[in-house]
Amino acid sequence: MNPLEAELTRIVRANSGRILSALIKVTQDFTLAQDALQDAITQAVQQWPQQGLPQNGGAWLYVAAKRRAIDLVRKESRHHADATQEVLTDLQNDQPETAEWEQDIPDERLRLLFTCCHPALNIDAQVALTLRTLGGLTVREIARAFLASEATIGQRITRAKQKIRTANIPYEIPGQEDIQARRDGVLKTIYLIFNESYTAYEGQSLTREDLAGEAIRLCTILNQLDPDSETAGLLCLMRLTHARRAARQDKAGQLVPLEQQDRTLWDHEEIKEAHTQLLETFTKGEFGPFQLQAAISALHCLAPSWNDTDWQQIYALYGALTTFDRSPIIQLNQAVALAQMGGIGKALDQLNNLESTLRTYQPYYAARADILSRCGQEKAAKLDYDRAIQLSKNQVEKRFLFQKRNALAASVKNFK
Amino acid sequence: MQFMALIYSADGAEQNYPGGPDKMMADYYAYTEEAKKAGVMVAGDALQPTSTATSIREREGKTSLTDGPFAETKEQLGGYYLLDCKDLDEAIKWAGKIPTAKYGTIEVRPVMIWDQ
Repeated sequence: MNPLEAELTRIVRANSGRILSALIKVTQDFTLAQDALQDAITQAVQQWPQQGLPQNGGAWLYVAAKRRAIDLVRKESRHHADATQEVLTDLQNDQPETAEWEQDIPDERLRLLFTCCHPALNIDAQVALTLRTLGGLTVREIARAFLASEATIGQRITRAKQKIRTANIPYEIPGQEDIQARRDGVLKTIYLIFNESYTAYEGQSLTREDLAGEAIRLCTILNQLDPDSETAGLLCLMRLTHARRAARQDKAGQLVPLEQQDRTLWDHEEIKEAHTQLLETFTKGEFGPFQLQAAISALHCLAPSWNDTDWQQIYALYGALTTFDRSPIIQLNQAVALAQMGGIGKALDQLNNLESTLRTYQPYYAARADILSRCGQEKAAKLDYDRAIQLSKNQVEKRFLFQKRNALAASVKNFK
Repeated sequence: MQFMALIYSADGAEQNYPGGPDKMMADYYAYTEEAKKAGVMVAGDALQPTSTATSIREREGKTSLTDGPFAETKEQLGGYYLLDCKDLDEAIKWAGKIPTAKYGTIEVRPVMIWDQ
């Protein structure tokens, strides 16, 4: 990619959400708005190498896309004249013909985000549409990130846009009575995008930073436009997790568990900032699950080592989390914290109680294997590692579990 | 725009209605009145059970009849409301208030608008 192309990609990524959200607001048409922006990008590809980079690329793209949208609406208006006259007038009055700064582009991204994450769309469609429109990712980039074919992702986006239009999903920020539930839905989608970057199913590479960075960016935008404690909590949680990414894989591409990570590789500047943001959020006193998870993550990030971690507080925070969500996974993590505090026998009892519900959950068997081996029950530990390996869909993770199991076998032999 | 709210439930499931079937009938009556007052009600009916259904197909000029519903599934179409709402969010709100939503499923679909 030459420098000009790279710059164009950057400008598109930074501005497409804003441009699309503004165009959809007046045209009420996702497809038309996207076509208009695509044409503007094509124009930029042709003109910028000759004319040089415009002073403000985002504003340039917005004006070009708006002109193109007017053309497209006119073309359609030959078929249904009355309906589109209003849209044309709106488009022309919306903004002056020139926009000099990115600030001149109207910001309707909040509407766009709520519409893309509307619960009447299935979650896969929400993710793809959000990344395509607000993230400015191409269908190809999304397909690569989700290890899906371009045709699948393209279809998913087309179907979602069709449903928005045909079923008349409103392009609106939800009203007071619904906003909490709808915001929860948006946060869930953003967190799913983030988590997808950390678990490549059957993939070879553990992190796909693009997606994680994009999820953080989306959450930052949401928190600016619609400030809320849980949104800030999710943002902090993702920033803290992402700050540790350099230590998650070793040079050979192997997964390094938190316990063994080289903590000097963590982005301590980012951790400090995210921690400060979290403490500020706490002062509002509107606690929720994302803030609690962020607090747990912060305790890990601030600890000098695995053993010198404030397990007592972590245990208490997991306890608080269970008041929001009695999920067995939270109980699993709570038991792990308990084992770290020294209550290893009680922790094992708790884990055994969870087995029937977590039978297909790989981390459950990995955690229980570890605790069993610490209780001196190597045989049972080996069985659990085997189950974990069978359940894992990630090559790097599988290799890590193999090593743990083999280390166990070696120590069993040594005992004999 | 118009949305069709299709009401599905398993046979006899109305016994599970909180407060019993009589309470359900009263709630349906109240719902219909509310929808009329709000100006969203276009039409609405309950259907006789699927044991009264006849399915009709015409193939190669011949009409054949089947005694029974289109598909033998546990949950069957039991009635409908045709609602005039401004968008899907409003339609979802009205559909959610239909008493059968408490034990069955309401499917909402926009009515097709033919161009010209």
